[in-house]
Formats: sequence, structure tokens, C-alpha cells
Amino acid sequence: MACVIITNIFKRNSFKKLGHFWYARSLSVAATRLKHDREWKAVIGIEIHAQIYSKSKLFSGSGTEYAYPVNNQVGLFDAAIPGTLPVINKRCVEAAVMTALALNCSVNKVSKFDRKHYFYADLPAGYQITQQRQPIATDGYCRCIVYNPAVPKYREPRELSVRIIQLQLEQDSGKSLHDEENGYTLVDLNRAGVGLMEIVTAPDMCDGEEAASLIKELQLIFKTIGTCNARMDEGSLRVDANISVHRPGEPLGVRTEVKNLNSVRFVAKAIDYEISRQIELLEDGGKVENETKAFDFKTGRTVSMRDKEMKQDYRFMPEPNLPPLRIYDSSDAVSHLDAHQVINVDDIRASIPTLPAAKRTHLVDVCGLPWADAIKLSSEVNLMEYFEGILRDAPHRLPKTAATILLKHVLRCVYKAKCSIADCNLAPQRVGEICDLIDTSKITWDIGAKLVDMVFEGETLNPAAIVEKNKWHKITDNEVILRLCQTAIDENPKAVRKYKEGKKRYFSTLIHHVQNKTEQCTDSFVVMDTLKQLVLCEYSKVTQES
Amino acid sequence: MVGNVFQVAQKLRNGSLIPSEVCSWCIRRSQLAKRLNVFITELPDYAQQLAEKSDERIALGKPLGLLDGIPIAVKDNYCTAGIKTSCASSMLENFYSPYNATVVQKVLDAGASVVGKTNMDEFAMGSGSLDSIYGPVRNPWSRVYARKRQMLTAVTSSAGVAIQQAQSGHGVSLSASQRIPDNYDDSYKSFSMEEDDWLIAGGSSGGSAVAVASGSCFGALSSDTGGSTRVPASYCGVVGYKPTYGLVSRHGLIPLVNSLDTPSMFTRCTDDAAAILATISGIDVMDSTTVQDCSVPFSLPDDASIEGLHIGIPEEYHAPGLSEETLDTWTWVADLFERAGAKVTRVSLPHTQYSIVCYSVLCVCEVASNMARYDGIEYGYRSEQALSTHALYADSRHTGFNDVVRGRILAGNYFLLKRNYDAYFVQAQKVRQLITADFRRAFDAGVDVLLTPTTLTVAPPYKEATQHDNRTMSAQEDVFTQPANMAGLPAVSVPVKLSSQSLPIGLQLMANNFEDKLLLTTAKWLEQQVQFNRLDLVEDSLGLGELVH
Repeated sequence: MACVIITNIFKRNSFKKLGHFWYARSLSVAATRLKHDREWKAVIGIEIHAQIYSKSKLFSGSGTEYAYPVNNQVGLFDAAIPGTLPVINKRCVEAAVMTALALNCSVNKVSKFDRKHYFYADLPAGYQITQQRQPIATDGYCRCIVYNPAVPKYREPRELSVRIIQLQLEQDSGKSLHDEENGYTLVDLNRAGVGLMEIVTAPDMCDGEEAASLIKELQLIFKTIGTCNARMDEGSLRVDANISVHRPGEPLGVRTEVKNLNSVRFVAKAIDYEISRQIELLEDGGKVENETKAFDFKTGRTVSMRDKEMKQDYRFMPEPNLPPLRIYDSSDAVSHLDAHQVINVDDIRASIPTLPAAKRTHLVDVCGLPWADAIKLSSEVNLMEYFEGILRDAPHRLPKTAATILLKHVLRCVYKAKCSIADCNLAPQRVGEICDLIDTSKITWDIGAKLVDMVFEGETLNPAAIVEKNKWHKITDNEVILRLCQTAIDENPKAVRKYKEGKKRYFSTLIHHVQNKTEQCTDSFVVMDTLKQLVLCEYSKVTQES
Repeated sequence: MVGNVFQVAQKLRNGSLIPSEVCSWCIRRSQLAKRLNVFITELPDYAQQLAEKSDERIALGKPLGLLDGIPIAVKDNYCTAGIKTSCASSMLENFYSPYNATVVQKVLDAGASVVGKTNMDEFAMGSGSLDSIYGPVRNPWSRVYARKRQMLTAVTSSAGVAIQQAQSGHGVSLSASQRIPDNYDDSYKSFSMEEDDWLIAGGSSGGSAVAVASGSCFGALSSDTGGSTRVPASYCGVVGYKPTYGLVSRHGLIPLVNSLDTPSMFTRCTDDAAAILATISGIDVMDSTTVQDCSVPFSLPDDASIEGLHIGIPEEYHAPGLSEETLDTWTWVADLFERAGAKVTRVSLPHTQYSIVCYSVLCVCEVASNMARYDGIEYGYRSEQALSTHALYADSRHTGFNDVVRGRILAGNYFLLKRNYDAYFVQAQKVRQLITADFRRAFDAGVDVLLTPTTLTVAPPYKEATQHDNRTMSAQEDVFTQPANMAGLPAVSVPVKLSSQSLPIGLQLMANNFEDKLLLTTAKWLEQQVQFNRLDLVEDSLGLGELVH
């Protein structure tokens, strides 16, 4: 394109002045286009380490509680005492299979374990047992919603599908605490040997927000199926991001890996920082180095992890003490095996609860909720449960009303009380009763909100009784409303005048007047319409007179 | 105290013997055999305590089983709770295991008295029991050998005919007790460490082999990765039995090569091997490679017929270096089988020649991996070096391991490097499959039991053995034994006869996986035929044998 324009200019050489002018301008246009056409594109892949939610470790019987007294959940095997052998935990395998199915992976009927060798104080055996060659599951995908109302670019919810390359079982390591001052390293082996699911995605994301959306979706899936508590702050979910930038049409750039991101926000920030750093570096003629980095949340920058710079050869070797892991399905003949020893993929599939994506679709397609509400509701397992609690055993109840009351009013109370929806005293059924009063036009939305506040504060009367007691029934008599509106107009001549002069906000003064008079028992929309008609009518009357 | 577990158990039941007497006798024997360097840790008090409990149970008529009151020795690579488990290495010299290996627990639960932890090659790496921080194990036949040599020298000078007769193998029924009437125990006393005119015990389980041969116990637990039990069994004239891989739990056995290591045993006779197997075998939740096999436990029939049994003679076992006498013995036994009605045929196991190379690669790879845990952090030798964690590792491992262990770790890590993995490790695994397939083919063709030599020669003298390094020696000593480990087969070395120098010659029998009963039954038949003269332990006043002071 740029070339074409320049050739044209030479053809126009006879118009010298104009030609010169054209030449200069077209160059700048060409430059802009060039930049625009061949903009940098970031390519992001993610590795997730999710601790399996189970009572005991992957290959030993010791406990897995978080923040347990130091070195008090360490079995002989976890400390690599000579002669001990790994014994696989069935629960961990089941959790991995369930997670794999939830991520649409194909579960391998035979998977194998390998040893990955490296020396580190918190790795007592000198190797980690993992699944390098034949992981338990491969080839899946996860659909998530990229949506962030705070950022214009993501204001419209958009679906993103990220391919899952593989899911593998492996051991977690212990923890090292470096006391730099005294030159000690203290080792806590409580975490050593806890089961991990390592999930590797394809490089299908292109910025921090997309990666964050995937992580949020995975957290949600894990919590729904109960295979990982997904607490990034406790390290039960850890994220490593691989980031590179390139120009479309060119081969992928050199990637860097940012390790151990421990919050969804840091995932987004670290990735976006790393993308701009790489672009800047390349634009300045520099080269991106293949290195491992850490995210410094204080400065918002990524920094090189110098100690891990040395190139490692992990000397992988098959784990000889674990026979191949076999997983069956209902078609396999397993009658000769002990049922307790067998893991049946079909049984696990049947036990998976409805996943967040399906719930979201249901909320939009069947319940008629807007996407924003559906996303919000499904963003937290407890919130979704609460919502389902409101609708439970009440087929007549409108999901839309329930969603609005929950997301607008119940959550407002929860935030104000600085508690969470999970430990909120307000029973979903009572919220449901408020919804019913609204749905049957017995009360207005405003009264509904007020009732939520009251029951949240501890009012024990049921909503209908409160309405009865306070005479908060919705005023439906049009005559009454007309009269109230007329009074409002009569008593607020200034507001009416200002409104007529074009200052629309004065109109709300009139609405509030009516609402206050009736203790919010009038439907604000009805009031608004009535007021509009009256004002217009008066307006026309006035114009006629003048 | 001549006799086997069954005979002693019977005496115990009928009250003519009590366990603490048996135990005392064995402890006495072990004291006398001290110079053979059998034990790393002797446990006379512990054994006596256990025996006294057996006394009570047996007096009440409630023995725990056949092994109740029977003294047993345990190789020092089995974890024993509260008792040092060193693997004959500086690395674990201070290691007191917090738990019992499954097999140790099982023999204790059966009422056996553990008399001590036996000497071995460091981390079971070796086939001579020479590379131990506690010094080498000596073969109890050394003195017999020395005497015999003196005698032969004398004979040679007078009449050359005698040598010919002696060397021909056939018809020579030299028995230690017949020809060497000297006080056996005195022979120990005359040994000195300076003297290098003694024979090696074979390894790596030499201590356990000698413990049984010297009468320090009735059975000894050992391990067999490439021949570590069968080789010393052959050198020391005892039964060395390696069961099918998976039959016995490895939980608590400090590993050499996980995929080859098999808990094994030394006994005075094949019946005892079956008895110990019955005690220690079985599926173990702590070892995922164990399997349930309903043919175990079993006892061996006394009058088994080998009529129609198909004995295979693998032609590849005519290896270079096979001694004339061993070859003759092999032929002689093949003839024995044939004459008794067995079908004896030659079979070919064409990949045998690659086995030892393949074994070397697989072995060092797993060694490199298994040894990675010895870093001095959680247990074991810890260097004072504290510059950095890695400096601490390097120094602890440098000091804690001997040259052999370090050399294998280095080689293993080299083979496991990404760029070498396919060319070495993967290739070796493929060869392993071929070796297994060779055996499979032979057994599918109808062979029941394979008959081979156990070792190339009789026990070599220390002087000769130490001319080679550990690696060369392992390659020589394990040449006939490690193929069985590659395929997981059960194998047993049975002492057959004495050589012209009055040293035991053992032959190996191998059977298909889980055909342990067939294997030991055949071995028992052979044992009955050859009537091997064990190192005589001299009758004692209790009616079974006499203790010599």
C-alpha cells in the first residue's frame, strides 16, 4: 500500500509543488498505516498448578491442611526416608479426572508417572514425581467470558475459548524460608507431596484481561466441582504465564515466563506490563531474552529470577515404583477387579454438577437475564447458590426479579455489613417472598429494597406482614396518583419552571416529592409518566394562553 | 546345629529344644565367625529377648508359625525400626530408620529372632561384598580352601594322578567334614586381616550368605538386583532364592534399582526358602508393584517326580570364562535330570549377550535417581560445608558415598541427559524387552525350568578379585544371574558339589513368572539328588548337632 502511493507521487511529478506536498504527506500516512497494519500482537499461554482438594497427599497418607504447624504433616515418604514407596491416592486421581472432564479433555485410559530431577532443599527426594510423557488427560478447552465493565475495551461481554493442551498429576514441593540475615534456609515439608494438577493451555490469549478471565473461570469450575479450593492467596492455585509478542504473519517471538502469580489481578497486571516491556524493548532495537521472571506487586514490574537462570536438564526417567495408572469406563470389563480400586470415568462424568458456563447460558437463554447479571451471578459459587436458593421450590418466581433484588439490594447490604454472601443471615427464601410481593404488584421496587434492608437488619416479621403493618401496599389507583402528581406540580412551581426551561434534572424533584409523600408506595415509572403528562398538558395550556 | 527350619521347628514343638537355646547357639556361632565380618550390627540381646518371648509362646503351645523362635539375619539395606540401617555406607552410618521394612515386620510378626544386620557392598553396588565401609566379607570356605590347596600341593609333589581325579569333577565327593577334620572354628581364629589368602563371599549380600553358611542363623533376608543373592549363595554353598518380582514387598528395602530389586533369601535348604517365602510374600499396600498370587504360600513335596519335566539348557550360557569344573557340573546335573525322566533340551536365549550391558545402563540410571535423596538435609551424613545449599550437597555426597556409588551416579546422570536419554536409557529398555521375550519364548515352547551355572567359577581369592575394579567384576559375576532380574523371573542357586579345591559349585534354576513352587520343587529334587555336603557345623549335645568350643 505504502509503495503504491509513493509510485503515484512520482507519476505526478509534473505538479511539482503539489507533488512535493503530496510526497511529504503520503510518507507520514504510509508510516502510520505501516504501524497500524503491522501492530504488535501478544501471545499468552498459561500454566496452572492447582492443589487437589483432598484430605491426604498424592502418594502418602499425611494431611494437607493449609497453615498447619510447621513440619507436622510430613509422612515418611514425604521426607524421602529411604525405602519408602509412593502409593497413589484414589481421591486425587478422581479429582484430576473430574477436572479434566470439566475442561472437555480426553482422559487417557493409561497414564504414567515420571521423575523430574533437580536439587532443592524443599524437594527431599531430589526429584518430583510428575507425568511428563503420558499425562492423565489431554486436548481440552475452556470457554470463559472476557468482561470488565470498568474498562471500555471489555465492556461488552465476549466469549473466549482457550485450548487445554494437557492436565497432569504431580507432587507439590515443600517450602523454603530464606533467612538472608543469618544465612539460613528453613524448610517446611508440610506441603511436600500434596497433589497438584498442572494444567497447560495453548497460547490462545492476547492480553492480561483475557488471561485473568480464564483464571477466574477455572477458579469457578474448580470450586463448583470441589477439586481445588482455588485460593490464590494461599497458594492452592498458582499461575505461571508465558508471554511473547510478534507481528502478525511473523513467527512467534521469544517468550518470557512470569512465575508464581498469586492473584487474578496480578496475572493481568504482570502480563500487561510484560507485553509493553517487550514491545518497547523490540521497538528500541533490543532483543527479548528467554528468561524466568517474577512479578513485584509493589512496583508493578516483572523482575528476573537470577537464581533460576541456569539451564536445567531435568533428566526425566519413568517412575519405576508406580505401575501405569489405568482408568476404566463402563464399556471396560472390570468385573475381576475390586470396585473400590477402579476409577470409572463414566461414573465421574455423571457426578459432575452443572458447570458455570452452562449455568450462565441457562440464566440468559431460559431465565432471560442480561449477560451482565448472568456473569455477575456465576462469578461466585456462593452467589449462584444463593440465587438458586431464592428460586428453589417456587416455580412461579421470576428469575429476573430475584437477580435484581439479589445483585442490587442484598449485595448492597452484604457489602455494607462487610460480610460475605456465604455467611449472610438473610435466608434466600425470605428474599424470595419479597420478590413475590414485587412480582404480584403488591409492593413497589423501592419498598422491596426497604424490606431487604429490614430483614437483613434482623426484622423477624415476614415481608408480607411488614407490608401489612406499615400499610406499604403499592398504590394502584390512578385517580390517587393523578392527585398526588398534581399536588407535586402545584407545590413545586420552581422545579416545574426549571424543567420547562430544559433543565431535565428538576423533574426528579417532582418524582421524589410524590414518592416521599407515599413512602415509596407508588411505582416511580407510573409517577413519572403521570407527571410528564401533567406537565406537558400544563405546558401546552401555558403556550396556548400566551 | 545341623538341621533346617523344619527340623528345628519340630524339636521346638516337641520340647526337645527351646528357642532361647537355639538363639544362644546361633549367637555363639556368630561370635566365632566374627572374623568373617558378617555383621554390621550384631543384636545378641535383642535376639535373645525375642527368643524368650518365643519360649513363652511355645511353652503355651501357641507358636506364631513355623518361624517362631528361628534366628534370622537381615541385610543392612532393610529398614529396621530403631536399629541402624547403614547400607554399609558413610552416608547412612548415622541412620536409624523410624520404621520396619514390610519383610522385617513380617518375620518379626512370625516370631523369628533377628540376630543382626549383615554386611554388604555399599548400597548393594557390587558383587563381591568387598566395598563396604565396614570392610570385606570373607568366605567361610576360605580355610577349607587353604587346607585343600596345601594338601593338593603335597599330593602334586607325590602323585599327579590325584589332581587329575580331583579336577575331573565327576565322582569327587569331597566333603569338608570328611576331609578336613580340623576344628572348623579354629580356622576363623587363625585368620588375620593382613592375610589376603582368603576367598571372597560374593555380593552384594555376602554378609547374609555367610551368616547362613556359618550357622549364625537359619535364614537370612537379602536382596537381589542382578545376582546379589545367587552369586554369594553359589560361592558360599547355601541356597539363594530370588522370588518372582512383585511377590515380596520392597517397602523398606533401600533401593538399588527399583525395577530389578527383589527381596530374596539365603537358607540351608529349599524347604526353608519356601517357608520364608510363605512368611514374607503377599500383596502390600505400601508397595504398588506387589501382586496377589494365590499359589503362595506353598510347601514342597518330599517325593516330587520330575518325570516329563522340561528342562531347558540355554546355549548362550556357555560363556567365555566358564570354568571347566562348573561346565562339567552343569552337564552332570543335566544328565541327572535326563536320567530321572525329565526332558532336557537346548534352548536359545539370543539376547543374553546384551543383557549385562543393558543392565549396566538401567542400573546406573535408577541409581542416579535413587541416590538423589541423600543430601544430608533430612537424614544421613551432613557435611560441615555451609557456604551454600549446593555446596553442602556436593560435599556431603562427595564424602558420604564411595567411588563406586559416585561413579554410578555420574554415569546414570549422563545417560539420563535429554540428549542421551534415547540412545542409552530407551535403548536399554528395548533390549530389556527383548531379553524378556527370549525367556517368554522358551517358556511358551514348553520349557518348565532353565538350568544354568550361577557363576563362572568357584569363589575367587581376594587377591585375584581385587585385581579388577567393581564394574568389571560385577559384569563378570552377574553374567548368568541378571537376565532373570530383567525378566522378573524367580531363580534359585542350589549348591551342587564341591570343586577339586573343595569349594562349592552352585547351579541356577529359573522358571517362568509366578512358577516359584515349580522352581523350588525342582530345586528340592536336585538338592535330594546331589546331597551337597554343607560346611559342617558339627553335632551338638542337644541331639541336632554339637557345639564346638
